[in-house]
Amino acid sequence: MFGKVDWLAHNLAVEGERATPPTAGRLMRDDVVRCAPGDPVGDVRAAIERSPYPFALVTAANGMLVGRVRASQLDGDPDEAVGEIMELAPSTVRPHRSAADLAKRLADRDLRWAIVTTPEGRLLGVVSRADAEGAAAKD
Amino acid sequence: MASEIGLDRLHELLAAGAQLVEVLPAEDYAKAHLPGAINIPLAKVDERGVSVLDRSRPVVVYCWDPL
Repeated sequence: MFGKVDWLAHNLAVEGERATPPTAGRLMRDDVVRCAPGDPVGDVRAAIERSPYPFALVTAANGMLVGRVRASQLDGDPDEAVGEIMELAPSTVRPHRSAADLAKRLADRDLRWAIVTTPEGRLLGVVSRADAEGAAAKD
Repeated sequence: MASEIGLDRLHELLAAGAQLVEVLPAEDYAKAHLPGAINIPLAKVDERGVSVLDRSRPVVVYCWDPL
């Protein structure tokens, strides 16, 4: 079944006075390194080094998030598949999470990044704690 | 006849010209609503309230969550 929350949770456009509130979906960036479970560690490490992120997100062919690998985990065999060393099912948030809630969640857990997915687990992007805190302060 | 639908079916119906009705209170509708939706708060869903709808086209009614 469908409700307004499902629409918002898929980061779809809305109309109204609060159509563009500071939410995870509005703040997120989509340039995080994405890789497949079968990709070699060496390739993923190189991609992370070229990116502003200290991690990569592992997705299935259908875009579903399956894991995360941190740069610090990628010092081993460059030919090993990242799927062998990734952290499974990292914590995620939905895109309609408010900036203020997100900033508090990240601060409480001492995290710098939030991963944004749809309710089904399709990767949408990431939000930095700094961006969430900045947006919450302006709201 | 009414039936429950998911997001994929909603997209299909909208592409086919379905009408969207949000039955949440007016203040919730004013803050944010699906593009093109009209507001008929639940208490006003009666013969008169729905008279603005085109009975020849599908109508999708939604509230906040599926419960």
